[in-house]
Amino acid sequence: MLSAGWQLAAATLRGAAPLVYGTLGGWCAERAGVVNLALEGLLLSGAFAAAVVAHTTHSAWLGALAGGLGGLALAAVYGLLVLRWRANQIVAGMGLNLLAAGLTPVLCKMLYDDTGRTPSLTLAERWQVAPLYGCWLLVAVAWFVARYTRWGLWHGFAGEQPAALDAAGVGVNRVRWVAVLTGGVVAGWGGAALSLGASSCFSRDLAAGRGYMALAALIFGRWRPVPAALACLLFGFCEAAQDRLQGVRFGSGEPVPVQFIQILPYVVTILVLAGWAGAARPPRALGTVFSREGNH
Amino acid sequence: MTNRLQPIFAVAVGLALGLVVTALAGENPLHVLAVLARGAFGTRYGLGLTLAYATPLVFTGLSVAVAFRAGLFNVGAEGQLTMGALAAAAVGAVWPGWGAPGAWLAAGTAAVAAGMAWGAVPGVLRAWRGSHEVINTIMLNFIAAGLANYVTMYVLRNPASQNPETRPVGPGYMLAPWAWFAGAPVGWGLPLAIGVAVAVGWWLERSVTGLELRALGENEPAARAAGINAGRVRVLAFALAGGLAGLVAVPEVLGNTGRFRPAFSAQYGFLGIAVALLGRNRPGGILAAALLFGALQKGATDLDMETDHVTRELALVFQALIILAVAAEGAWEMVFRRRARPC
Repeated sequence: MLSAGWQLAAATLRGAAPLVYGTLGGWCAERAGVVNLALEGLLLSGAFAAAVVAHTTHSAWLGALAGGLGGLALAAVYGLLVLRWRANQIVAGMGLNLLAAGLTPVLCKMLYDDTGRTPSLTLAERWQVAPLYGCWLLVAVAWFVARYTRWGLWHGFAGEQPAALDAAGVGVNRVRWVAVLTGGVVAGWGGAALSLGASSCFSRDLAAGRGYMALAALIFGRWRPVPAALACLLFGFCEAAQDRLQGVRFGSGEPVPVQFIQILPYVVTILVLAGWAGAARPPRALGTVFSREGNH
Repeated sequence: MTNRLQPIFAVAVGLALGLVVTALAGENPLHVLAVLARGAFGTRYGLGLTLAYATPLVFTGLSVAVAFRAGLFNVGAEGQLTMGALAAAAVGAVWPGWGAPGAWLAAGTAAVAAGMAWGAVPGVLRAWRGSHEVINTIMLNFIAAGLANYVTMYVLRNPASQNPETRPVGPGYMLAPWAWFAGAPVGWGLPLAIGVAVAVGWWLERSVTGLELRALGENEPAARAAGINAGRVRVLAFALAGGLAGLVAVPEVLGNTGRFRPAFSAQYGFLGIAVALLGRNRPGGILAAALLFGALQKGATDLDMETDHVTRELALVFQALIILAVAAEGAWEMVFRRRARPC
């Protein structure tokens, strides 16, 4: 019984890791006032870049590095669209998710003549254990930076009172650029945790909605890094429990409806957002464009 | 002027960028373009599939557009159409003996009602609790998928199939495809989509409730000052958006498969956002944009066979690039700045 419990705990940590990276990546952008619906795409691009580089160089660490760069590249496009060209942040985010979902199989076909997946990675090319604690280190870093550094203060003001930040002589869009790009790197590592850790290659739709689940965790955690990461742990537990209950039957012979566990994270997110489970307030300037003439 | 031409330029830019991708893949872009065009419009069957892909996009595009005109963002058409299709399939599976036209009416009404009910949820949450509809609709998409999976697996499962799907609807429910399209599933769903588009346009522009909806979307303080009940209009707009998305059940369930299959939708809900955006939330524009996206979807299916280096997923790349090109407003202002200044 004990060993089953440990297995469940381990599966929870494994399932939570990509979500923690994703939710931190989302937090980076959203705390600075930039909506990040592109998390799904950032995970996919990171996962793809990581798998390709790990396979080519036979190095898990280079693969993980490339995962971050893959996320960074897509985040740069996102920044260009929403910060420079003032594209609607929701449309641009959804568009980038679609782009990543389409471009990764096309590139996969170009490189490996296979639309479904990249070649399998050997054990030495995989990044199995490090992401499991790496993500919690990042949570600690995020907490520390947000609370105790000047940067963290600017970051928060870009999302709460951009005009005040501007008046203090700090460029709002510069802070937001750094936040979006950093978030891209972190979410890209989440993708690497998927393709190098949870799986042994990149396959189509590897993220499977985890970007949106990471977003749900961010809201569940009320836009704060530590509670959001704990929400990821809860969602990881749901995923692990669901895998174990698949096909299990109650005493009366009825199968356990795992679908209800599956939808639980989304239901609690709606409840939290509606204020039925404690008040949740997004960053005040979330989704607005900053310009000297006024916030709109 | 620039406003009206911008979607056309954006489509051109999106297609051009997509063709750059094919050139990088080592494929002649002109050949790819020819394959796309021939696949989408070259045969009666191909044209039929293009229209069959376009029809659900008209409904989801209208769904997004109606919410948008009220100042609301409906990212939830995917969940609303899931509920609509499930409801239509359930009616047809539970009462298989009913005959047309009563069966059509019953299944269609169930689809619209289920879509409206699912759509009203984010409207109510926004009106009563003030929680933003974007996150709520995304979450409701996943919840709808989970519930539909449950119903498909445990309540209405088709025992004759290995794949998860509901029991087929009775024969009286099916809308026969038109023979002219040589077997492509195009039938009365298509004129229904066009008719609904015209009706929605008329309703938005000519009715009092349509005016209230637009007024709220364009200037909320003024609308409130004029005595418009913002909460009521938001719930109405979202319910209507959900009902429109639910109508996807007509071409997909009654006109094609005759049952509900989880994940049957080729991202129709998300692509509806792009269709509405590209069509500038006007019915005529939405019909044109849906046709373009349907053509890309169908044309790209031939890429697997007729090219060596690119695949059907290129359709997603084209569609995404078009969305992003339309959305990048600031970039277009730079392009048009010189011409806009004298005005």
